Amino acid sequence: MLASLIIVFREVIEAGLILGIVLAATRGVGGRGRMVAAGLAAGLAGAVLVALFAGRIEALFAGSGQELLNVTILAAAVGMLAWHNAWMSRHGRAMGEGLRSLGHAVREGRRPLAALGIVIAVAVLREGSEVVLFLYGVAAGGAGAWAMAAGGAFGIAAGGLVALLMYRGMLTIPTRHIFTATSTMISLLAAGMAADAAAILQQAGFAQFLYTPLWSTAWLLGDGSIPGRMLHTLIGYTARPDGLQLLAWAATLAGFFLLTRAFAAPARRPAPASAT
Amino acid sequence: MRILRIRKSSQHILVSAALLLAAALALRLGAGPAHAAAPVAVVIAGHRFTPPEVAVPAGVPLTLRVENHDPTPEEFESHEFPAEKLVPGGGAILLHIPPLKPGRYRFFGDYHPATAQGALVAR
Repeated sequence: MLASLIIVFREVIEAGLILGIVLAATRGVGGRGRMVAAGLAAGLAGAVLVALFAGRIEALFAGSGQELLNVTILAAAVGMLAWHNAWMSRHGRAMGEGLRSLGHAVREGRRPLAALGIVIAVAVLREGSEVVLFLYGVAAGGAGAWAMAAGGAFGIAAGGLVALLMYRGMLTIPTRHIFTATSTMISLLAAGMAADAAAILQQAGFAQFLYTPLWSTAWLLGDGSIPGRMLHTLIGYTARPDGLQLLAWAATLAGFFLLTRAFAAPARRPAPASAT
Repeated sequence: MRILRIRKSSQHILVSAALLLAAALALRLGAGPAHAAAPVAVVIAGHRFTPPEVAVPAGVPLTLRVENHDPTPEEFESHEFPAEKLVPGGGAILLHIPPLKPGRYRFFGDYHPATAQGALVAR
């Protein structure tokens, strides 16, 4: 019973953290309710589908179906986050400084809300499919509907609470820093996903190099602990990162930084001084 | 103008970095999965691992085959070597594990951690 509570709690918290960041990043944007709802619904539907066809997915691509599916959806999520950050660096800074009205910016820039909806869907799909399969096992094992219902309800409540706390916490960030703060958090989120993808490729045998763990902080914070898992979702923390994971993490972070600079809105020219 | 030039240059850096990465990946991926010797097998039955201690050679890449004889799914996982993969009920999976130093490395079934406990013993 307790085990089923903990596992649901754990997975829902991880999705809740991502939801909280997305909510904070889209504060005050019209239409975000629909985006969040659509992302959640698509993610849940995807989770059930993945759980239903887990056996068949695994058999694809010479037994690497699970890994290739996971890497594909992680790559999609990283791409969506990159698109959003690029958009934000063009339009968001001005918004943050209150130079333009939000409505105007959204009309002009067509903020890629769908991108964030897809990120929510991916987060829910990944954590959700584990929950669905676990609960299916509980049900098939005859442990009873009570444990399932309690686990599900408790997990969803806990995940919702985490999302809310994350969101409220990020709302306390002063407006002039909100652009930098959300961009940084989204970049770290994406870097963690890229490192995950690297680890999955290694597990599938597609990337058999740079696989020696570089260090271990397992004594300080284990991968299995709740804080360890939360940090894993937020910044990609792993107790024993290897070379390829670190490379994927650092390259994504650098890539996001360069992307933000490349797409940054041209600075308003100080009119007369630029005459040569 | 200066600002424009910085933006252009970072665009170039981005594009060339992406191309390099893609090329490197294509080269490595083209080689396909590099299999070590015959896979080491472990069976899940009654939410337990058999054998509970799996002897493996140290210092070489390993391929682990996990067979699930239970009708319910299990998640094979370890915090001591990189592994986290779903094993469908009645199904089997392959895992690629980097070379291990001699020692004992615990793994578990995340859906039944009370009973599903095992270890790789690298010698």
